[in-house]
Amino acid sequence: MSKEPVAVVGIGQTKHVAARRDVSQAGLVREAAQRALNDAELTWADIDAVVIGKAPDFFEGVMMPELYLADALGAVGKPMLRVHTAGSVGGSTALVATNLVAGRVHGTVLTLAYEKQSESNAMWGLSLPIPFQQPLLAGAGGFFAPHVRAYMRRSGAPDTVGSLVAYKDRRNALKNPYAHLHEHDITLEKVQASPMLWDPIRYSETCPSSDGAVAMVLTDRAGAARSPRPPAWMHGGAMRSEPTLFAGKDFVSPQAGKDCAADVYRQAGIADPRRDIDAVEMYVPFSWYEPMWLENLGFADEGEGWKLTESGVTELDGDLPVNMSGGVLSTNPIGASGMIRFAEAALQVRGQAGEHQVDGARRVLGHAYGGGSQFFSMWLVGAEPPAS
Amino acid sequence: MRPVRDIAVVAFGQTDHRRTSDEFSEVEMLMPVLHDVLDRTGMKTSDIGFTCSGSSDYLAGRAFSFTMALDGVGAWPPISESHVEMDGAWALYEAWTKLLTGDADTALVYAYGKSSPGSVRDVLTRQLDPYYVAPLWPDSVALAALQAQALIDAGETDEPALAGVASRSRTAATSNSHAQLRGSVAQGDYLVRPLRTGDCPPIGDGAAAVILAAGERARDLCERPAWIRGIDHRIEAHGLGVRDLTDSPSTRLAAERAGAFERPVDTAELHAPFTSQEVVLRKALRLGADVDVNPSGGALAANPVMAAGLIRIGEAAARIHRGLSDRALGHATSGPCLQQNLVAVLEGDAR
Repeated sequence: MSKEPVAVVGIGQTKHVAARRDVSQAGLVREAAQRALNDAELTWADIDAVVIGKAPDFFEGVMMPELYLADALGAVGKPMLRVHTAGSVGGSTALVATNLVAGRVHGTVLTLAYEKQSESNAMWGLSLPIPFQQPLLAGAGGFFAPHVRAYMRRSGAPDTVGSLVAYKDRRNALKNPYAHLHEHDITLEKVQASPMLWDPIRYSETCPSSDGAVAMVLTDRAGAARSPRPPAWMHGGAMRSEPTLFAGKDFVSPQAGKDCAADVYRQAGIADPRRDIDAVEMYVPFSWYEPMWLENLGFADEGEGWKLTESGVTELDGDLPVNMSGGVLSTNPIGASGMIRFAEAALQVRGQAGEHQVDGARRVLGHAYGGGSQFFSMWLVGAEPPAS
Repeated sequence: MRPVRDIAVVAFGQTDHRRTSDEFSEVEMLMPVLHDVLDRTGMKTSDIGFTCSGSSDYLAGRAFSFTMALDGVGAWPPISESHVEMDGAWALYEAWTKLLTGDADTALVYAYGKSSPGSVRDVLTRQLDPYYVAPLWPDSVALAALQAQALIDAGETDEPALAGVASRSRTAATSNSHAQLRGSVAQGDYLVRPLRTGDCPPIGDGAAAVILAAGERARDLCERPAWIRGIDHRIEAHGLGVRDLTDSPSTRLAAERAGAFERPVDTAELHAPFTSQEVVLRKALRLGADVDVNPSGGALAANPVMAAGLIRIGEAAARIHRGLSDRALGHATSGPCLQQNLVAVLEGDAR
């Protein structure tokens, strides 16, 4: 059976900052949603359904906040779904919204993800102690650092690679007006001199805590035909999950990530991702995850990802730019971070990415992951409608 | 809206719901139910095309609580999977849309909730507007009592009628071995006027699971599949002050979109945790006296939060599986005073 083609015709973000004390949660999400509608030149009345995602409710201390946010998002009288798949949630949320259009349930859907981390403390929100289960060791860095070490040992990567990623992403962020961190005086030496937090992860190689929201308007073929600006077309999307902890788990390159990418590539007709994909918005909360995911996503052979990074391939002007927007390393409203990757990928193929636009980006991958490297969601968007 | 693909509930399972389950983790509570539905269809986890669950971190008291439940599913090799921080009825909706795209032919849907570790009345206050309402801690019974009083003031019900709903539900539950409250239950004292303990749901722990399948796959897996003819859900404003609490326009709209009014149903499983809410829902859904409402006993007999809505769809489907119903309605609700409502219309093949 054939699916309805799905197009992104509106994208809106807030300026991501450490604390948006001037708005409520409702005000924050409304701002991003209104910008997405403006971009699509649509009104609230044009929206058939709303799909919202965010990471744990504990971050803001509101249980199932979609109930309270229904009014702010113009959802009254409409269907509203709330997705939660840990750090991958922004991507998953967009994919759930996509299915509503692809399955011909609705014509035009608003999807949105947000986090207002300033209303609590995310590190402790992630560190609630539970008996008989491994706590996240005071924040995510403690969980992920050993896996970065395993990657370094396995691949033989020099210990300078992580700082190169951070330096690149922070410079890219300077070209993105919505990015949280705008470190105008950033240098490689400053990254390398920053304090060690979770060896080998330094302070400047970690993501910030942000308040922010991102929204997209997704629509069907008829909706895309009315779009005032070029749409981004969904060519493939998938989610994969695997257990948190088990003896056979490869934390450096999880099977779920490989399977998810393979599914997306199959749908999109990608034979060689390194050649067929023009740029990547990748979920890199700690700098070393760029080379790790380059391998996991099939852009490099096992143990070779760091070489792409080191040789400048992933720079904004490189052959395979990664995180043109500055990425999660520069902006991390956790529940929104995955959808920002998806939205930035769409901005690129629409040619709407401004100063961080990659010339001639026709096919771009958006990637998100979450939990203990166990939840993955990805989509590949293109400038042209899908073939079939 | 007519779905582009025929999708059916082919199996349903649930736990025995109980006041406490201290000796079980959520995973331990859930595992037998997952095995139950898989056994009924003869499938293994690896045969399932898509998995989706519903639960709430606030009940579990920790972030990412659903990740542990996923371990129980056995997500290896990796599976296509998602989660809604909602009642499992909405997880079923997400799975239904996934099957509509043709990307999967079968789906496993599950939901669970343990209310016993905390005070569910207090926990649910955290759903309210965090700046203006939640700080006052108005609990779920107090809010339902507002709604009940509005109904009585409008002349739509009275206390004896509400007691009748309670009695009918718990009498029906005598034939439901999973129910927590069964048979004769005293209406008791006022909890929050005008609601007495008998008007309120039991507090308890439980889990449920459903398997969906599309087209011929459904016929392979189930002798009499419960076809989802339509399913829709709608949300209303959050602020109680801007709503008419004696009505449920979101339920009516969802029912209309799900095709519930096209032909009469013979059975309706309504997610009405409070007796007064059944009055609202019956009106919105135009259910006559000839419709068998909550033959399972409904949420007044067992109300495992986050699973109770999915159970309504499962119970409606199970009656079709057993040949006790030809066209049944399953309803789920979320939020204070029926803020958000889902309606599914299920049918068996003509006999």
